[in-house]
Amino acid sequence: MSAGEPQGPPPVTQGEQQPAGTAQRLAALQRAGGLITALITTVLAFAIGGLVVFVTTGKNPLSTYRAIFDGTGLNWFFPWVTGSERVTAAFNLQTTLVLTTALILTGLAVAFAFRCGLFNIGGQGQYMLGAIAGVWIGSSLEGIPSIVHIVLALVAGALAGALLAGIAGLLKATVGTHEVIVTIMLNWIVFWGGTYLLGLEGPLHSSNPADASVPISSDVLDSAKLHVFWGNPVLQGLHVGLFIAIGALVVYWVILNRTTLGYEVKAVGFNPEAARYGGISVARNYFLAMAISGVFAGLAGAIDILGWQFRIAVNDVQTSSIGFIGIAVALLGRNTAVGVGFAALLFGALLNGTSTRNLDPSIFDPNLADNLTLLIQGLVVLFVGADVLVLYLWGARKRLRSAPAREASA
Amino acid sequence: MPDGPVLELKGITKRFPGVLANDQVDFDLLPGEVHALLGENGAGKSTLMSILYGLYHPDAGQILLHGEEVRISSPRDAIDRGVGMVHQHFMLIPVMTVAENIVLGVEPRHDGILLDHGAAHRRVRELSERFGLAVDPDARIDKITVGQQQRVEILKALYRGAEILILDEPTAVLTPQEAQELFEIIRSLVAQGKSIIFISHKLNEVLEIADRVTVLRRGKKIQTLPAAGATEESLARLMVGREVLLRIDKAPAQPGDVLLEVEDLHAQDDRGLEAVRGVSLSVRAGEIVGIAGVDGNGQTQLIEALTGLRGSTSGRVTLAGRDLTHASTHAIMHAGVGHIPEDRQRRGLVLEFNLAENLALHDFDRPPNARLGWLHPGRMIARAVKVLKEFDVRGGGPRTPARSLSGGNQQKVVVAREVDRDPRVLVAAQPTRGLDVGAIEFVHRRLVEERDEGRAVLLVSLELDEILSLSDRILVMYEGRIVGEYGPDVPEEQLGLAMLGGAPEEAAA
Repeated sequence: MSAGEPQGPPPVTQGEQQPAGTAQRLAALQRAGGLITALITTVLAFAIGGLVVFVTTGKNPLSTYRAIFDGTGLNWFFPWVTGSERVTAAFNLQTTLVLTTALILTGLAVAFAFRCGLFNIGGQGQYMLGAIAGVWIGSSLEGIPSIVHIVLALVAGALAGALLAGIAGLLKATVGTHEVIVTIMLNWIVFWGGTYLLGLEGPLHSSNPADASVPISSDVLDSAKLHVFWGNPVLQGLHVGLFIAIGALVVYWVILNRTTLGYEVKAVGFNPEAARYGGISVARNYFLAMAISGVFAGLAGAIDILGWQFRIAVNDVQTSSIGFIGIAVALLGRNTAVGVGFAALLFGALLNGTSTRNLDPSIFDPNLADNLTLLIQGLVVLFVGADVLVLYLWGARKRLRSAPAREASA
Repeated sequence: MPDGPVLELKGITKRFPGVLANDQVDFDLLPGEVHALLGENGAGKSTLMSILYGLYHPDAGQILLHGEEVRISSPRDAIDRGVGMVHQHFMLIPVMTVAENIVLGVEPRHDGILLDHGAAHRRVRELSERFGLAVDPDARIDKITVGQQQRVEILKALYRGAEILILDEPTAVLTPQEAQELFEIIRSLVAQGKSIIFISHKLNEVLEIADRVTVLRRGKKIQTLPAAGATEESLARLMVGREVLLRIDKAPAQPGDVLLEVEDLHAQDDRGLEAVRGVSLSVRAGEIVGIAGVDGNGQTQLIEALTGLRGSTSGRVTLAGRDLTHASTHAIMHAGVGHIPEDRQRRGLVLEFNLAENLALHDFDRPPNARLGWLHPGRMIARAVKVLKEFDVRGGGPRTPARSLSGGNQQKVVVAREVDRDPRVLVAAQPTRGLDVGAIEFVHRRLVEERDEGRAVLLVSLELDEILSLSDRILVMYEGRIVGEYGPDVPEEQLGLAMLGGAPEEAAA
């Protein structure tokens, strides 16, 4: 056939040239403009969020967003921001990037599984188990060299995440249990397991007498803390975990594009039947993809502990949602390394910018602040799935058009 | 105007980005006529019919129904104007009954609300008797055969008052017997004044059923001619634009040693029922052994068991003496078995992967494609450049996603991959399914070349023509067993009988 063919899949058995249908045109658009779709998605989410602000509070959404933007610290990049404003901006930016670090990794945890055709909804549990493992190693082993301590604690966190996610992968691979169900159940196991471990009677409960009535872990020892390279360590500056996360983005890209493992994972993700036919073990890849996803999430937990939280309370176990936001990060980033990086930055900024600490109550009702993050998150996830919506609307339009014609001909 | 055409398409032009799908196409349909629309994949048949059925709007041209110009804006509109279409992929609801499916959307009602089951049942029965379309109105769709489902689709169109019926590749999913039954139905419909547009690329069917044939090539109408007087060769030449060998010329086989040996193999289907019930066969180097049979007689499971995709429950498979009975797909592929799977899109290709990646599907993990788990995409691409050229794959290069190739070129990629690995045994399942004559000729020629190079070729096909044209020996599979072995000159009728279980048991190989 000639080169000018439309780029659409031929139907299964016939192969007759199908001019590109709506779905195929959309797919082509998506391939061509992955960045554009993500941008439109984001802009739309913010626009609707702004509308909600306006309707519910009567305040100007632009000034609200301005306040949020300043809260993210991204204004640090503007050279005209000086003086004390610049100091605040630097501080805010450090916090934003600290959050971005964790989100990159929990985003990768979802994205990697996605590439193998799996939906890892257990990033939260894997993150939390990684954090618990990190705090356990980080607060014990007194006296060993700092670099060894850090590596051990990070490895413990990564392994914990891999172990937890690996359970879901193993069950999927061997008995076909759906990974969504299993990872959700595992989230709850970590939720209650963590509640026990860090509880007043738990084995990881703080050894500090001052914490006798607080369900919280011991502090991470100084030898296990990640180096803060920008800002004041006491005021939560930016730690080197950011580089680990950026390194993870590179590793993610390399695994998927330059290793046989990545080839297998993608083949299984795209078409498990063809992979099997090609001699690839589908079961093995389900297990490995989940375990590697767990490494990313577990690492996120350990890095948060060693980098800025230093201790973990039952309350954290029960209220954290950084792993769940990873799902939105992966979706918005379309499971690409670069996309996940930027989506993590967006959500990190959003989380920090809307945190009540940074918002002027006269501009924005603090009660609504957290909810605005959730709202925009939800809208992003909604619009990422908007291909379906667009298709639906397209169909509705056609139906509307044909209705009068039918009446005319009747 | 009773004698004028019921339908005329004049100068239909439809452009899609980068391609002219229909270029000034004229087409007319007389009352009580079967008019075949013939063309290779991509010739524009589906586009033209989609325009008639209201799925697309032409950029230029007119549609005249009963001499009156109309604008068809949607399928609903087409149906209301008496144009019905039976798609290749049925649009039925499996859990509902035949009658419910047929009346869906235009249900007879009690008091305007409740479905009147009795009336629905009655009308379906009337229609099916009038046109000789035997179906049980109360049967559930998922419990009836594909042939019967197709009748339901036809009844659906008739129920909605179709006078013009478009049948899109109706025989693609049917067994030869079902196809004959369909032709009876078509004759009875025509006898009662319906007009039929029959889309196909199977030449023998077109000659059998059509009154006139219109041939499209690359979006243009080449010719409309009466079927009487046309031959398969003449139609093929019009379709492809050059001489086509419909029967491959091949030298007599020079069989060598037995390479593939199967002894009393048993295997189950996905539901745990025994689908392969003691198959024994052998294939020698330098011969093509064809397995003929009606779909669903265990061929699929046999191939899967041979290639490690399905476990066997008992029996033995050896390749040149080496036991491969319980080997993995990976081991079997690397022991020297090439496998052209029956469904290239479901199994043969990762459509999202580019052609270089697809060509490396079996050996992406070994040199030169990879070393120690590290991939060398550059080498995969270099090899793809060579292979794609050798196999004349068009429509894309090494970095083109497989999805964007035409069916014929996709199949060439699969064939190229399996042959290029230099296998000793080549298992080809339905290697030309859905391909047009040009691509079929290519695949057939290639299979014979592989035979002549000393490979053992096991061919499984539902197309008797293909089996007869290529095989040096023919085995017939029925209900999981080999029920007969024949030479290449066996009469088609005798094979057909054996395929339906009519062969004497003692003929079993």
